Amino acid sequence: MKLLFPFLVFIFSLNTVQAQDAATLVSKLKEKLQKVHDYEAAGVLKTDVAFIKAPAGKIIVYYKSPDKFTLKRQGGISILPKGGMNVNMASMMSFDYLAIDAGEAIVNGVNTRVIKLLPKDETSELILSTLYIDPLKLLLQKVITTTRSNGTYEMLMSYDKYASYGLPDKMVFSFNTKDYKIPKGVTLEFNDADKADMEKMKNKKGKVEISYTSYIINKGVSDALFK
Amino acid sequence: MWKIFNIEVYKIFRRPRTYIAFAAITALIVIIQLGLYVDGDSYVDFLMSGLKDSFDFQGKILNGYLVCYILLQLLLVHVPLLIALVAADMISGEANMGTLRLLVTKPVSKTSFMLGKFLAASFYTLLLLIWIAFLALAVSTWLFGTGDLIIQKNVYVVQISQDDVFWRYAGAFAFAFLAMLAVTALGFFLSVFSENSIGPIVATISIIIFFTIMSTMSIPLFQHIQPYLFTSHMVNWKEFFDEKLDVSDNVIKGSIQNVQQLYNSAIVLGIYIVVFVSGAIIIFKRKDILS
Amino acid sequence: MTEEIIQVRNVSKFFKNAKAVNDLSFSVQKGDVYGFLGQNGAGKSTMIRMLLTLIKPTKGSIRIFGNDLATHRIDILKRIGAIIEKPDVYKYLSAYQNLALFAKLSGIAPTRSILMDELKRVGLSGREHDKVKTFSQGMKQRLGIAIALVHEPDIIILDEPTNGLDPQGIADMRNLILHLRHERKKTVLVSSHLLTEIEQVATRILIIDKGKKLVEGEASTLFDPANTIIEIETANNENTLLKLQESQWGQYIQPISGHSVKLKMHKKLLPSLHQWLVQNGVEIISIIPRHSLEDLFLQVTSGKNYVENI
Repeated sequence: MKLLFPFLVFIFSLNTVQAQDAATLVSKLKEKLQKVHDYEAAGVLKTDVAFIKAPAGKIIVYYKSPDKFTLKRQGGISILPKGGMNVNMASMMSFDYLAIDAGEAIVNGVNTRVIKLLPKDETSELILSTLYIDPLKLLLQKVITTTRSNGTYEMLMSYDKYASYGLPDKMVFSFNTKDYKIPKGVTLEFNDADKADMEKMKNKKGKVEISYTSYIINKGVSDALFK
Repeated sequence: MWKIFNIEVYKIFRRPRTYIAFAAITALIVIIQLGLYVDGDSYVDFLMSGLKDSFDFQGKILNGYLVCYILLQLLLVHVPLLIALVAADMISGEANMGTLRLLVTKPVSKTSFMLGKFLAASFYTLLLLIWIAFLALAVSTWLFGTGDLIIQKNVYVVQISQDDVFWRYAGAFAFAFLAMLAVTALGFFLSVFSENSIGPIVATISIIIFFTIMSTMSIPLFQHIQPYLFTSHMVNWKEFFDEKLDVSDNVIKGSIQNVQQLYNSAIVLGIYIVVFVSGAIIIFKRKDILS
Repeated sequence: MTEEIIQVRNVSKFFKNAKAVNDLSFSVQKGDVYGFLGQNGAGKSTMIRMLLTLIKPTKGSIRIFGNDLATHRIDILKRIGAIIEKPDVYKYLSAYQNLALFAKLSGIAPTRSILMDELKRVGLSGREHDKVKTFSQGMKQRLGIAIALVHEPDIIILDEPTNGLDPQGIADMRNLILHLRHERKKTVLVSSHLLTEIEQVATRILIIDKGKKLVEGEASTLFDPANTIIEIETANNENTLLKLQESQWGQYIQPISGHSVKLKMHKKLLPSLHQWLVQNGVEIISIIPRHSLEDLFLQVTSGKNYVENI
């Protein structure tokens, strides 16, 4: 009994220290990412959904602090998951949140700290955001976000040349899709599809991969680009 | 044969009824283009309604390539009627006018006569398709610009890069020509049996409608014979607008998902053309001209 | 002996159960105007269509220019021009366009001036560029003649060429046939049921009935103007007969039948007879020369007398 109280104090302190570590880690990451005020990034976007055959296409991504983001395909059509794809790192943390340490995990062979961000605003569109942060390099390896309107999606990042800015070379954005249904009167195809195709189409996960080839960082981006 | 061909082409394009087909096609295409020009966004929303729950689309979906595809889907079902007007009239029309007996007394072999006539009807079909291609593709891309082509099939969506579209349309029109040639051959064949044009024209259209229904209904009995009906193969120009994926599910640019299907359909249509035309020639050579 | 330009040997044509032509044989000599006669449905048109390869014979052989028609069709047809009943051409084309089109099909490429001359020759001068749908039947017939002749054929086959023509058109057709024979040295085969017209142009005659030959022979031996039957109907036939018997006309009297008095004499005496009757107070109701060919035709087709190959 004499030992219980100090033990409980120790545990509570530990949690407090860890909680502080979680918030601190997120803050440090945020601080690093906020060094990028704007960028223009060239890349290739590939939409990978079971029932969509779409070729990869060249894109340009524009970001301007604090939350202006747009993705433009150079000619052609982009098929993006509903709700847009705001894949900007800094915006992951641009809301009032409570940071909770959720342990550790290995992502892409990297040891990461798992930190859950709970929005303080109960009416927020965002319900929960789970960050997988490489604490040594201060890089966001993975984010899992749950929203009210658009369900849950996951972002997986890999870094190379632009790691010092916290900007990924490759990002994979995974999401759930609804069944693809279209009346035959629109397609004017009256034959039933191949059974193998039908089976394949049941996969309800979709992915968007962006491979960035270059970033132009902090050189200024016009507001007109975001209209 | 070429002498007959030249004369027949001359005759075809001297008849007012020939231009009805071109006028009808033009009117149809222009009206659809106008409608899409004015209210195309609503139509695209309707087309994409099945996908909009999950996806946002950025870029010009309503472009000339999509408009052309929509036009082909609608028109290629109805063009056989316009082809039957000429093809099914080639022999029966002459009998009806009383000119057949004069033509057959000229020093031209009956085989050359028939082949020359069929070639002339084919030439008309070709010009009709070229006109459709011009209006549906050239004019649409001029009006609506170009862009990626998004096509919805029964179980999946295909997006084709704009620099990968044009050759597919060239192939599709070539295939559509082959399909329409089968219709031409059928009308030509039926034309041998009658001394007035209405019968063969109606018969041609009726057969196409009947076979099309059999080709599209998912009844087990019909499914056994569907591969042998030419109408089942006429729509396979659409195979040009599907792409293969590699092992990593990346689209292979410049590919066709089901090339073998295209070859098979082309062969089936070719067989029908040869059978109908040969049959027409054999029957005509044996036939007594009593008109 | 004159060359036989068309030889038909034992030709038959059966349609289902009907024999349209039944073991028919005849020959047309070079330079003939060959009159092909028969009642409606006798098989004339069927036979002509076989000559023009529109119909295939069931049996028998046809040789034209010494060659078998079945195996030398194109070469033979190059030398034949034909009008089959009412000539139908393309109504949406002009006369000139029609003629140019059919000339091309006939294997020739005449110049514009040749075509215009042909149209002028058939009396279509000034209407060359009018659409045929504006033409009368006679004008279409003339265009048909131009089409049949434009390639200078050796044989012209005319199947009922006077159908639908007015008397002037019929006379024009007669003159054309005579012109073709005498001036252009063509061989003409003409079928008709107008006996008076055939009688005036034909050098040889074939009469068929139910697809079979009844009579074939030289026109001069088949009907003779010296044997023309004159039928006279008067107010009092018995009185007229008595008067004729007592006159120089008595030698020509034939047995009376029906309501008329018949005389058989040379056609050229008819004006004199007419004059005598009037001078002798005979009240004439009608006086009709019955042509020998018509007689012959009625005789053979009624089955009373079959005469072969005179």
